Amino acid sequence: MTVFNCILLGFLVVCAIAASLSKKLLNTILIFMSYSLIMSIIWILLESPDLAITEAAVGAGVTTVLFLVTLKKINAILKKEEDGQKDE
Amino acid sequence: MSRKIPEEEYRKTLSGRFRQWLDGTKDPFLGEVEMKKQEPFREPEQVVRRRKQDRKLLTERVYDLEHNMEVRIFQRFYKIFSVLFCIFLVVMLLTAVSDLPSFGQADNPPNNEVAARYIEKGLQETGAVNIVTGMILDYRAFDTLGESHVLFIATCTVLILLRVDKKGDKEEGEANDRIHEPKNDVILQAVAKILVPPVFLFGIYIILAGHLGPGGGFSGGAVIGAGLILYLNAFGFARTERIFTAKTYRRMSFCALACYSAAKSYSFYTGANHIESVIPLGTPGAILSSGLILVLNICVGVVVAGTMYTFYVMFRKGGY
Repeated sequence: MTVFNCILLGFLVVCAIAASLSKKLLNTILIFMSYSLIMSIIWILLESPDLAITEAAVGAGVTTVLFLVTLKKINAILKKEEDGQKDE
Repeated sequence: MSRKIPEEEYRKTLSGRFRQWLDGTKDPFLGEVEMKKQEPFREPEQVVRRRKQDRKLLTERVYDLEHNMEVRIFQRFYKIFSVLFCIFLVVMLLTAVSDLPSFGQADNPPNNEVAARYIEKGLQETGAVNIVTGMILDYRAFDTLGESHVLFIATCTVLILLRVDKKGDKEEGEANDRIHEPKNDVILQAVAKILVPPVFLFGIYIILAGHLGPGGGFSGGAVIGAGLILYLNAFGFARTERIFTAKTYRRMSFCALACYSAAKSYSFYTGANHIESVIPLGTPGAILSSGLILVLNICVGVVVAGTMYTFYVMFRKGGY
């Protein structure tokens, strides 16, 4: 179990660094979502299922959706699509 | 042909439609999905030129980066100091963490008479099998009351900041919403049809069984809010507004917060005056047990579910 724990914690650190270093906002949000997901698994391993449920629902679900809506509002996603079309 | 029903009716049955889909005689998207192509977002040429000109003016005239030593030095120092500050913060936090007592030791400071009392007498005094719920909704219910009010105030702030009052702006927002979000997505609707009821049921279960197992008002409310958001994304505002509008949200939150306050006022009153509470604790493990905790859980769940949904609607449309 300790090996599994260490792998999860390693993922957590990698996700945290990747989220701050990622240049694209959409990628940052997706990485942040996976961070919350890993965090909720770690909460279960730390024997606090209450927090795990909350983290999965709020961290991975609602926060991500709110971030995505904000990105859409400031046209950050659409601009990227436009760039992609130019590359093609 | 041993079929009893005519061909026309067979086409409409489930197996008939499946056959058609399998044979490829019917396009599943035809007439079901909005086929209009979306216009990509394009900034007008003038705006782009203006922005570039403004930036050029800013670097050349206002700051005059080629001759203004102060700004250049400040910019360099700003970068260096931000890195230094981050390193300082990381070192500080790591030293603090390394000084913490190791996890699960018997002589740790949190292992004191308060925790002992919660563990020994929690079940007897609150009637909740789940000690965590017993703590946050009985011993420390005042904190949870404040927490629910903080959520409500947060929604009010979002309302103040993002609400669209003018009618024209609202219509424009709805039109924009239509561009961003292709409605009547078959895949999303089919998935939502299957997923939303279990999500709601699971959220209600978490709320109602908060005093028996892991869960409680906050997590259950968040799950229900997420389910509402999924339903809204699949079927659009017209469907959700039949059951859930701003008026509903206001009434729901008000009733839940007032109910919570009244229930807790009663238990504070009886506790402070050493009066026996008339609400029975019941047998531990039964769904109708542990006094007021079930009611409080439901109140918190209602507030949280409404708040999550309102946040989403405010961010997306600015009013409902």
